[in-house]
Amino acid sequence: MGMTMGEKILARASGKDLVKPGEIITAKVDLCMSNDGTTHLNIDIFENQLKAEKVFDPKKVIFIVDHNVPSESAKTAQVHKKMRIFAQKHDIPFYEGTGVCHQIMIEDFVVPGQLVIAADSHTCSYGGLGAFGTGVGCTDFTSVMHTGEIWLMVPETLKFEIEGSFKAGVYARDLILKIIGDIGANGANYKIMEFGGPAVKKFTVDDRVVLCNMAVEAGAKTGLVEPDQIAIDYVTARGRHDMNLFTSDVDAVYEKTYQYNLDELEPMIAIPHCVDDVVGVTQIGEVKIDQGFIGSCNNGRIEELRAAAQILQGKKIDPYVKLLISPASKAVYLEALAEGLIDIFVESGAMVLNPNCSVCWGSCQGVIGEGETLISTGTRNFKGRAGHPNSSVYLASAATVAASALTGRITDPRGFVV
Amino acid sequence: MIIVITGKVWKFGNDVDTDQIIPSQYLLLPNVEEMKQYTFEPLNENFASTVCPGDIIVGGENFGSGSSREQAPLVLKALGISAVVAKSFARIFFRNAINIGLPVVICKEVYDAVEQNDTLEIDVLKGTIKNVTEDRNFTSTKLPAHVMNILEAGGLIGFLNKK
Repeated sequence: MGMTMGEKILARASGKDLVKPGEIITAKVDLCMSNDGTTHLNIDIFENQLKAEKVFDPKKVIFIVDHNVPSESAKTAQVHKKMRIFAQKHDIPFYEGTGVCHQIMIEDFVVPGQLVIAADSHTCSYGGLGAFGTGVGCTDFTSVMHTGEIWLMVPETLKFEIEGSFKAGVYARDLILKIIGDIGANGANYKIMEFGGPAVKKFTVDDRVVLCNMAVEAGAKTGLVEPDQIAIDYVTARGRHDMNLFTSDVDAVYEKTYQYNLDELEPMIAIPHCVDDVVGVTQIGEVKIDQGFIGSCNNGRIEELRAAAQILQGKKIDPYVKLLISPASKAVYLEALAEGLIDIFVESGAMVLNPNCSVCWGSCQGVIGEGETLISTGTRNFKGRAGHPNSSVYLASAATVAASALTGRITDPRGFVV
Repeated sequence: MIIVITGKVWKFGNDVDTDQIIPSQYLLLPNVEEMKQYTFEPLNENFASTVCPGDIIVGGENFGSGSSREQAPLVLKALGISAVVAKSFARIFFRNAINIGLPVVICKEVYDAVEQNDTLEIDVLKGTIKNVTEDRNFTSTKLPAHVMNILEAGGLIGFLNKK
């Protein structure tokens, strides 16, 4: 009986030839990362509870300030200072304001076949490169940072076979919203979501990351795409050559297989306040918006910015709507500058922000007020997620957000793209 | 570890996400003591001021979905919540609760047979739940031995320090 690629990664990490779903393993971690959402607590646990003196490997522990950057209060500044001092003391890579943590990890650290643990739920993003990333809390993270190991239960795998090709105005973002809407917010709880099929084989790394990033919104432990030449080219172009290319055996056992055809897909919207409450844009009716947001670890990369720019070029956003755009990293920002996308955004009336989690996290500049409605490329639309407890968040693609910012109501982007 | 837990019920629905348990804007406060007053603020702004030590949270499916913030089980524990019982838990919340020694109990049946303010008696080791108010008994899902060992050590730090 064969293994899925996720099982193979966990087998390698635990020094075994074979692992099976349900088995509890102790695995060696290739990389671990923590951001300013929880690191101040991790440091307290490390120093005061574990009474640890050293991290397990300073090259494999990464701290990234991305959630509230630049700091919005003196208390937050103190949290960032605490991270900076710890990073300096332990000589570990430290990033501040350089980008959303997962984008930094993908650009600078992750390679196929790794096991990566991070103190953030969207760590599952790294499946876009064929690496097993999963999110944990402070205590798990701090234990990993100290020992380099973690216990994990080997999960079952769900397979998503994707065929066809996107129609103009439809994107990977719409596909993952559709899938989560179908299987539900706990439809993959504790499981691996493996995305494959002829369509995914042609996807860019950016689009693969879009799928894997939101696996956690269906409860999954991780999302994975088999690494191939596209993934290899991505990491080797950034100077990383040492990797393990794990693919699923033909006789691997899946708990369930789902089929999707992109030819039939339309732009999708997750309506408040659950990520799995998803409808097609044509069923949404009249929804007025107060703000749009393009960015986040799900949808702030260059391809999404290009899609938005195509719609905003030469046009002005609705005068009573705010549009916030935050490139996912400094590298994405520079690419967008070089391509003239930032000019298009600024001229359209959008506010371009520094790379950060921004309003997707709801505790920084750009939060919305009572009764306001946001349409966002962020990861979540939970009640109060983007500001006031009595506000609403709709999730959609960058193109849909851009089209909606022009009209002031949720708008099908297909009328704006060729 | 306390073997039998008795407490008054706070009942919540399905998909209670971690943003409801403790909203993002309070996560970077310096410590849990400062955060705990905002627990469940979006769902019930009086929760933190009226909850009593020993009380039990009862949730439906997918309790604790969303972000990996350990602040969610931490504020519950800091307010004295003695256990969380749910039909199912989101993965990261479940691990985090175990890791800080907050008992999380999986039981499909008890949810529909319990009302706000009922009293529950939970035996975590035996895997039994009694609704004392209604005098009805239920069985909870048994956790893997490794997970129980961490819980019995009071959490992952206690478990690691014992090793």
